[in-house]
Formats: sequence, structure tokens, C-alpha cells
Amino acid sequence: MIEYRSVGKTFSGGNAAVADFDLVIPSHTTTVFVGSSGCGKTTLLRMVNRMVEPTSGQVLIDDVDVASRNPVELRRSIGYVMQASGLLPHRSVLDNVGTVLRLQGVSRAETRRRSLELMETVGLDTALADRYPHQLSGGQQQRVGVARALVTDPNILLMDEPFGAVDPIVRDELQAELLRLQRELGKTIVFVTHDIDEAFLLGDQVVILAKGGQRAQVGTPADILAAPANDFVRSFVGLDKGGRELHVEERDGVQVVVDAQGRATGVLKG
Amino acid sequence: MRWIGNNTDLILGYLASHVWLSIVPTVLGFLLALPIGWWANRVPAVRGVVLSVGNVLYTIPSLAFILILPGVIGTGFLDPLNIVIALTVYAVAVMARFASDGFASVSPAVLDSARASGFGAAGLALRVELPLAGPVLLAGLRVVSVSTVSLVSVGALAGVDNLGRLFTEGVFTGNTAEILTGIVLVVALALVLDLLLVIAGRALLPWSAGARRVRGGVA
Amino acid sequence: MSVASDSWDWLTDSANWSGDAGIPHRTLEHLQYTGLTIAIAAVIAIPLGLYIGHTGRFRGLAVASTGALRALPTLGVLTLVSLNTGINLTATLVALVLLAIPPLLAGAYAGLESVDPATVDAARAVGMTHWQVLWRVEVPLAFPLLVGGFRSATLQVIATATIAPQVPGPGGLGVYLLGGLAVGDYPRVVGGAVIVIVLALVVDLLFAVVQRLTTRRRVSTPDRV
Repeated sequence: MIEYRSVGKTFSGGNAAVADFDLVIPSHTTTVFVGSSGCGKTTLLRMVNRMVEPTSGQVLIDDVDVASRNPVELRRSIGYVMQASGLLPHRSVLDNVGTVLRLQGVSRAETRRRSLELMETVGLDTALADRYPHQLSGGQQQRVGVARALVTDPNILLMDEPFGAVDPIVRDELQAELLRLQRELGKTIVFVTHDIDEAFLLGDQVVILAKGGQRAQVGTPADILAAPANDFVRSFVGLDKGGRELHVEERDGVQVVVDAQGRATGVLKG
Repeated sequence: MRWIGNNTDLILGYLASHVWLSIVPTVLGFLLALPIGWWANRVPAVRGVVLSVGNVLYTIPSLAFILILPGVIGTGFLDPLNIVIALTVYAVAVMARFASDGFASVSPAVLDSARASGFGAAGLALRVELPLAGPVLLAGLRVVSVSTVSLVSVGALAGVDNLGRLFTEGVFTGNTAEILTGIVLVVALALVLDLLLVIAGRALLPWSAGARRVRGGVA
Repeated sequence: MSVASDSWDWLTDSANWSGDAGIPHRTLEHLQYTGLTIAIAAVIAIPLGLYIGHTGRFRGLAVASTGALRALPTLGVLTLVSLNTGINLTATLVALVLLAIPPLLAGAYAGLESVDPATVDAARAVGMTHWQVLWRVEVPLAFPLLVGGFRSATLQVIATATIAPQVPGPGGLGVYLLGGLAVGDYPRVVGGAVIVIVLALVVDLLFAVVQRLTTRRRVSTPDRV
């Protein structure tokens, strides 16, 4: 369980990225922070592994304040995947996956074995092991990033817009892959995105953030769609212009689902 | 050719001292410039100072620099130390700029992700920043090595034995073969050192050719 | 530190500031060699560099040959040409021109290469001819790097012209350095060295000002396009 207790962050320029933020992130679920740029979502994410230090309040993992932990050890114990993967360009794919194991002093042979295993887990051809990151496609690089984050079998996985820089088709693939992995592994995932569709697809709990890290609404995707807390949320999730309003039209005895512009999007079953 | 045959010991002696006088300042300059460049990349104010001081130092003409050192640090006028010091100063001046650019060329996203993976400060500097700055450092080292080899021969005018002596003696005795030998050896030495650096680069930075392409693609 | 004070005496001795062997005349000679060298080298290197940068042809050859030229010891070329032509001013110019070509050539082609291909593409798309693309787009945008090439070429020539008196004939500020060394007159050596250093710093400063001015123009140009 990750818990934010009245957390605030004011950067040296004096602007408050986050103020008085409270949230509980249950274990073994996916929580998605979603909001436009400048809403403090990445700042909140990076407080979990002390890449950012809060200026007030506390962040706790399983009731232990992260501020009491050595930042370097803390980071080695938490998986982190970022946009454009952040792979080390001077190391092979296999070495990239095994980075943290080597940092923890695991032997070369053992690192190699577990890294290859992880490559398979995330759906990477192990023939790519000796390539350098720049020789891979964007989607493959992201998979390496995910493998690297999972190689130590951490309880927590932080993902900062991991699929933001790949094309839509690859993105769909990676999202499906993440859902599959999460069904198998049951990690505590904290995911940051600006894409509400991605948030609803992946999140068990979705946190919609307004400017300055204000919680606009927290809930399951269904909760939020059923009862948007205010006009900001209504507009952010696309309920205001009828974007998510579907209705059913009868066509030759089949119930066809049609969106607000009159385009058919599917059929209603059962 | 007969002249070369009769003077191999002399030529080899000059060559050996030329190699020595070229390598020492290049290596010293490289080692001194690394921390300076790293620091300059961290602190913009330091970078400004390093770049402008480096520029002024590099602007000082070499022969004048070599000849003025005895007056400044009290060495003898014909002391080889003058050349070593002057060429080391040039090497640092050039190399610090390359080192600073090299560390600046490391993608902030890569550094961020390395930090998030749990690299400590020293591990980050030595195992991530230093190798990633490698291609730019190598480019700088190649510039420094070629120019140092060529500058050493100027030192012959200040009475220090090296291949440049073949020019000063050759023009004095009217010996074209001697001068030609000197030119060929100086150029060959510069090219051999450059080749060694390229080979070392290939071995140490096998990832770099493609990495540069990717960076170009992003920009 | 008597060398320092003796050198100061040499520098401030009014006898050293007049006549054909005086500091002003030697400085003028030094600048004449430099100017003539840069002019000749530019006539050779700039058109070549622009051609390479504009067309992208012979780039590998240019990089390799400038590299080899940079390795060429100027002192060796000077003594070799002097010995074989007997015309020592020619020898000086040949040696210095060979020294000045690499930075000028590199400044020209690197300058053109630094221009954003999208800008060149846009210029061609609006209907500019090759010449118009070169003169109205590429050269103005490459100007700071072109000036940079002139800056390093000029400074290298000023520095290296000091070795010209190694062959009989040429003057310039090197006369103080080499002539002083030959007779063990160290105050003259150090005094001459100081003059050369000051000259180099002043010329470098002038180039820095020109580069600053042209860079500002480059930054504002894309906004207008």
C-alpha cells in the first residue's frame, strides 16, 4: 500500500506543483494519475521513489515513510518505466534489463539467466539480447524498459507515460500486454498518463488531477463516468460534448450502439 | 636515402623523444580536463569561466608561450619541461570544452532513468556519464593528439630535441632529404596516433556509431 | 626574475619602437603576412568548402585531407620549400597557406551542413535556384561558422608566422623570438613573445565581436522566415 499524507511540493521558483494531497493506493492494483500537463502527476509519481522530495507531508510504503529510507536502495527496490524508455544507449539489451541486478551485486550468470527470462515474460525475442537499444523499434524499446523495471520482481511498478512516444497500433499492443502481465503478476502499479482512454483502460483506480495537483475525482472508471464530480471532470472525460454518450438503434432485429455523431460503434449483446 | 641509412640512430632518437613529448601532454591534458569538463557541465558559471579561460589560453601563440614560460615559472630556457607544460595547457584548454560538451550530450532522460534505477552519484558519473560522453571525448582527443604532434616540432626552435630538429638542422646544412624525412615522420606519427585512437574508440564504444544516428534522428 | 624586469625594459625602450626593426614595423609585417596568407587560402578553401557543403559531394575526401593537412608540420614545409626555391617569402606563404586551409575549409562545409535541411528544402520549394539557395539561405545561416573558420585560421597564422625567420629573409615579430634566441638575448625573446600574445588576443577579440553580431542575426532570421 502506498499512502500520500497531506503531501505538498513547491519548486525553487516558488510555484506549487502539488499542495496538501492525500491518497491511498491499494496493493496489487493499478492506480492511474491522469491530467493535463502541469497538473503535478509526474511529480506525485516521482515522490514514491524519492526522485522528488515533498516539501511537506509524507509518502508511505506499507506504513514506512520513504524519507527514512536510503534513496538509492529505495529506487533499486521499485520498478520504474519512463517515456522513451530511458535505456542506457551504451549497453546491450540484456545488460539494460539486468542493470539493477548488477547494481545489487547479483552474479553475472544469474543476471543473464533472469534477464533472458524477463525478456520472454514481456514478449521480447531473446535473439535481440545482444543488440543495442537504438537497433530496436520504439515498441521493443518500451518492452525492454518494462523488463528492466520488473527484473528484480519489485512489489511496486512506477510508469511515467510509458507508451506516450509510440504509434497508436504499437500502443494498443503494449497496453494489452500490460493488462496481461498485471493479471499474471499482480503488482502495485502507479501509472501516469494524459490520455483518459488509457487511464480508463488500465486503471482499477483512476485519479483525475486538476492544476496544482488538486484531486478532481478519485474512483473506478465506472464510478467516474456514472457520477462525474464536477464540470471539470465531465469535460475532461469527454461527457460534456456527448463524446461518451452512446445510444442503441434497432436495425433488422439487432441492437446497434451508436455514438453522439450518429456513427455506429458496435452491437449490444445479451 | 643514404642520409637516412647513415643517421638511423639520430632519427630514431628524435622520433622517440617526439613520441614522448606528444603523448605526455595529450594524456595529462585529457585526465585534467575530465573533472573540469564534468564540473563545467554541472555549473553554468563554471562552464563560462572554463570556456573563456580556455579560449584565451589557446589563443596564445605556441612558440611565444614556450619561450615566455621560463620567465614565469623559472625553468631553464632550453628545458623540455617548457614544452610539456605549454602543450599540456593547450590540451586542457581544448579538451575541457570537449569534455563539457560530451557530458552535456548525455540525454537527461537516460540520466534520470539511471538515477531511478538506483545508480548512486559515483556510479552515475563513472558508469553512465563517462562512457556516454565517450564519442565526444574521443573526438576531442583526436584533435588534441594531432595538434600536439605538430606543435612539438615547434619546440625544436626552443632547442629541445625532437623531429623538428631535422627541419632546423636540414635548412642549415641544405639537406632536403633530412627535412623530407622529418615531414614524413611527423605526419606518419600523427596519423598512427590518430589510428590508434580510432581503434581504441571502436573497441571501447561499440554502440556509438548508431547512437549518434539516433540522436540526429531525434533532433 | 630579472628576465621579467629586463623584458619590461626592452618593451618600454623607445629605441625598440622606431625604425625598420622597431615593434610597429615588425607588427605591420606580421599582419601583412597574415592578411596575404588568409586571402590566398580563402580563395582556395572557401569555394571548395561551399561546394562540398552545398552538394554533400567529396565530404569524406575533404575530412580526410584536412586531417592530413593539419598533421603537416609547418616548420618542415617552410624549410623544405625555402631550400628548394630559394625564395623565402614564397616559402613562408606556402607553409602558412597550407596551415590556414583546413580551418577555412571546415568552417565553410560545416557551416553549410549546420543549416537545417528543412529550411533548404523550403527554399527550394518556393522556387529558389541552386545559387539563390546558396547565397540567400545557406551562406547567411552558415555565416557564424564561416567566421569561426576565419577566426581559427587567422590565429593559427599569427601564431605560426613567428617561425618565418627560421629561413633567411622574412621579418615579422618572429625576428625578436628567433633572433633573440640565437644570440641569447632573452629579454628580447620574452618581450617579442609578449607582443605576439597581445596581438593574438586583440585579433581574437575582434573576431569574437564579429561573431557575436552575426550570431544574433542568425537567431532572429528564422523568425522572419
